[in-house]
Amino acid sequence: MRIVVCVKQVIDTAARIVLKDGAVDGTNLAKVLNPYDEFAVEEAIRIRERLPDTEITLISLGPEGFRDALRAGLAMGADKAVHLLNPAFDDVDSLTASRLLAKAITTLGFDLILCGRQAVDDDMAQIGPALAVYLDIPCVTAVTQLEFSDDWNRATVTRQIEGGSEIIESPLPILLTCQKGLNQPRLPSFKGIMAAKKKQIETITAEKLGFDFITGNDSTSTVIATGLKLPSLRDKGVMLDGPASDAVVKLVKSLRDTEKVV
Amino acid sequence: MFSVDFYDIESHLTDDEKLIRDSVAGFVDREVLPGIQKSFESGEFPFQLIKRMGQEGFLGASVDTHGGTRISPVAYGLMMQELERGDSGLRSFVSVQSSLVIYPIHQFGTNEQKDRWLPGLISGDKVGCFALTEPDYGSDPSGMKAKAVKDGDAYVLNGSKMWITSADIADYFLTWAYVDGIVRAFVVEKGSPGMTVQPIKHKFSMRASDTGEIHFIDCRVPAENMLPGVDGLSTALGCLSHARYGIAWGVLGAAVACYQEAVEHSKSRIMFQKPIGAFQLVQEKLADMLTDLTCAQLLCLQLGRMMAKDEVHYTRISMAKRNNVRVALDIARKARDILGASGISVEYSTIRHMLNLESVYTYEGTDSIHTLILGKKITGLDAIH
Ligand SMILES: Cc1cc2nc3c(=O)[nH]c(=O)nc-3n(C[C@H](O)[C@H](O)[C@H](O)COP(=O)(O)OP(=O)(O)OC[C@H]3O[C@@H](n4cnc5c(N)ncnc54)[C@H](O)[C@@H]3O)c2cc1C
Repeated sequence: MRIVVCVKQVIDTAARIVLKDGAVDGTNLAKVLNPYDEFAVEEAIRIRERLPDTEITLISLGPEGFRDALRAGLAMGADKAVHLLNPAFDDVDSLTASRLLAKAITTLGFDLILCGRQAVDDDMAQIGPALAVYLDIPCVTAVTQLEFSDDWNRATVTRQIEGGSEIIESPLPILLTCQKGLNQPRLPSFKGIMAAKKKQIETITAEKLGFDFITGNDSTSTVIATGLKLPSLRDKGVMLDGPASDAVVKLVKSLRDTEKVV
Repeated sequence: MFSVDFYDIESHLTDDEKLIRDSVAGFVDREVLPGIQKSFESGEFPFQLIKRMGQEGFLGASVDTHGGTRISPVAYGLMMQELERGDSGLRSFVSVQSSLVIYPIHQFGTNEQKDRWLPGLISGDKVGCFALTEPDYGSDPSGMKAKAVKDGDAYVLNGSKMWITSADIADYFLTWAYVDGIVRAFVVEKGSPGMTVQPIKHKFSMRASDTGEIHFIDCRVPAENMLPGVDGLSTALGCLSHARYGIAWGVLGAAVACYQEAVEHSKSRIMFQKPIGAFQLVQEKLADMLTDLTCAQLLCLQLGRMMAKDEVHYTRISMAKRNNVRVALDIARKARDILGASGISVEYSTIRHMLNLESVYTYEGTDSIHTLILGKKITGLDAIH
């Protein structure tokens, strides 16, 4: 089976975000493989463990630093990687990114495409479904369980829905976006990390993809981010001191008169 | 990512060094930290981690054969740092298995010996220990009483070993003893007639590590279990250099854990209507901790780069072991102080690290012994002999 896994790099959610000139300043922040993409890579490896004649290709569209995310996926066990790299790609919107990924993935060939449910940085959750549209294949989102028919031609997919789960069957090729609960991603072993050094990361430039700079047709991002704001700081709490009997009186008064919650 | 990285050490690491560090850090966060307090309190080594560490490649990180994947000295150091951020006992286990058992068998053993013992040790199916110290000979191992005498196709071993990490759970005992006046090393297999092992109880340090004593009374060890490449005590000291290098890095992990706990506490603990971190005396402690930690990190990084070029005299390792253990212990004690009464509870990691570091201060050459090694290097004068 040919599996393509779409991955991206994100700032570690534990990092404290700072804004500089209206953009996130990621200079000294820890960056990691998007956690939802880890589920996708892990699932691909588990399929290969059952069906050894499987090739796992990672693909990523983004700046130089995204190579680290590809390396991390290769260290987990993916076979090879493709990096769509050009400064012009850095600011594209989800739709354009999907179109570019679709162009590259068509040339790779595939039976199954796995994406993370969403990236934890912009939380858009659009790449997977949009990519499926461009490739004209079925798409199932938020997958928590995946099984195949004996001949590996059909997939039975469980997905999370409000208050329960839904089971869907579809022929391959298919695109799935992976949700927490699908698996527990492995940590790369030392063997995997050292082996990843020898694995190939192919760089695909804009020209090779036929990205149209001249008319700007491909780069016309219809959706433009116009601003970023950090959440407002929580108000400082109020300490009620004195003996408990006084404090309770103050508390009730404050809940009734100031906070107006009772 | 380095959790405390004031001098951007991150920028000096290669891609695989970062991946290795992050992978071990992930392992420690997921599989070590949740249960380590309980292991420490109950005085039990977390056995279930041994095989997992084998799978991840931690145990075979110093050799390139028999299932091992050798990693750069800096990557090896980063692994030790992350493991000791979990617990010094866990790092001790890996130091012994990897630097003091696998490494010597690989360096000084025959091909048959390697084929026999290395795969199990590297996968984590087997446990090894390094038996050098004796009840009456610690800092001066050359005085050891353990002795082996050749008898037909075996050696008859007599003597006692004390304070041996992993002794109680070991399958292979790398044991040092005199043969005709020269120190040699034997791999004694578990259950050999004439050998008894007892756990050492009542420890207040390294409680999540197994420590034991071993007695050999006319224990017959097949002649083919002697490592032919070992020729005198200097070989044992060579292995110790390797392990001490790992310790110099390892203690940084314990120090980082204590420092972070202290910083967090100093910002949230309110006393005299202010966070205690707002007081100058507390700030001075934190400033000292961060400065010492940063210097110790840089010392390790440069030592590791020199190791990769084979430019390391053991005196350089002595300096790093001595300095970094001192620094880590000092940071742990300051953190303990900043935590106030909470600092004596093992619900915080600081007191556990502080107690563990007392062992690290003593083993692998006491602080004083490394002082004398450096003193001799500087003056050319031997203070001991
Ligand atoms: C938790 C733990 C695990 C250990 N694991 C192992 C293991 O796996 N394998 C192993 O072989 N050993 C192990 N050891 C033993 C350790 O290596 C020894 O404890 C250490 O070498 C010191 O020996 P000692 O305890 O006999 O102290 P001593 O040598 O008796 O030293 C006592 C004090 O005297 C000082 N001193 C000694 N000589 C001099 C001198 N010439 N000048 C100035 N001061 C001096 C020392 O610095 C120290 O302060 C372990 C110890 C501990 C605590």
